[in-house]
Amino acid sequence: MRYGKRGGLGLAKGEMTPMIDMTFQLIAFFMVLVNFSEADQNERIKLPASELAKPPDKPLEEPLTLQLTEDATVLLGPQEVPIEGLAGLLLREKQMLEAMGRNPSQTTVIIRADRNAKTGVVQRVIDVCQRPEIGFEKFALRAKQQAPQAKGA
Amino acid sequence: MKVRRAGQREEETELQMTPMIDIVFQLLVFFIMTFKIVSPEGDFNIKMPLAAPSEGLPDDTQLPPIKVTLKAGAGGRLSSIRMGTKALGGVGDLRREIREIVGDDHGPGSIAAETEVEFDCDYDLKFEYVIDAITAVSGRIEGQKVIKMIEKIKFSPPKKPT
Repeated sequence: MRYGKRGGLGLAKGEMTPMIDMTFQLIAFFMVLVNFSEADQNERIKLPASELAKPPDKPLEEPLTLQLTEDATVLLGPQEVPIEGLAGLLLREKQMLEAMGRNPSQTTVIIRADRNAKTGVVQRVIDVCQRPEIGFEKFALRAKQQAPQAKGA
Repeated sequence: MKVRRAGQREEETELQMTPMIDIVFQLLVFFIMTFKIVSPEGDFNIKMPLAAPSEGLPDDTQLPPIKVTLKAGAGGRLSSIRMGTKALGGVGDLRREIREIVGDDHGPGSIAAETEVEFDCDYDLKFEYVIDAITAVSGRIEGQKVIKMIEKIKFSPPKKPT
């Protein structure tokens, strides 16, 4: 059996620089592309596609995102309510906007409705938003961008 | 100026790389785990009639809205499209009809800017068909350019569920 001599073990020096370079590049890549706005994009919602749905040049000033699932549940941030409970939620939202000095009538309500949701349910959501005691007036229907040739007319 | 003596050994400073690499890999793992590919999204602005009727006389110079009726068939599929009283074969026909009405002129004061489309949809119709129809009236793509048509869009009051 061979024994190494005391003090005779040599340290194998690997070249670390390329690995660190590569790792930093990967971190930079993921940092740039990471998206933390998960509150506004629920995985349960499968948006309808449209070739004209382009991301806006500048973000909306005061958006409020309502998400509507296929089974007619409305999501507002982390809160989840049936349509019957939406009015109370929006009323609180309106009071919060007013407390912050914002005008609810200038708020754009973005509706991210599932592609299989019933149109009547989407209209009911808009109807609730428009109630006099709530008073939202601007609406935007959201769709995901699709290449023009990907969908037949 | 300090002159190095010949034969003096340089002192090597050993950098501790292990903690840095640990942190860097933890950051990398964090970003990989939270990474989510999101497809770009866009909005269609719509105008809805307010619940309370507006006061004052209606504006006579305002063109009446073009009414597009979307009927739902089995399973919420689109069964028919009508523009006014005219039956259409699909959203392609709807786009052609709208293009004939508004022409290629757009901008402030043009027919496209003044015309409004009102969608009258069945309650059970799947939302994706409404977006298809809104896309058809909103514009078209020629090459890489978006040609806008009608921007004023609204819905008729919701129908009762069937």
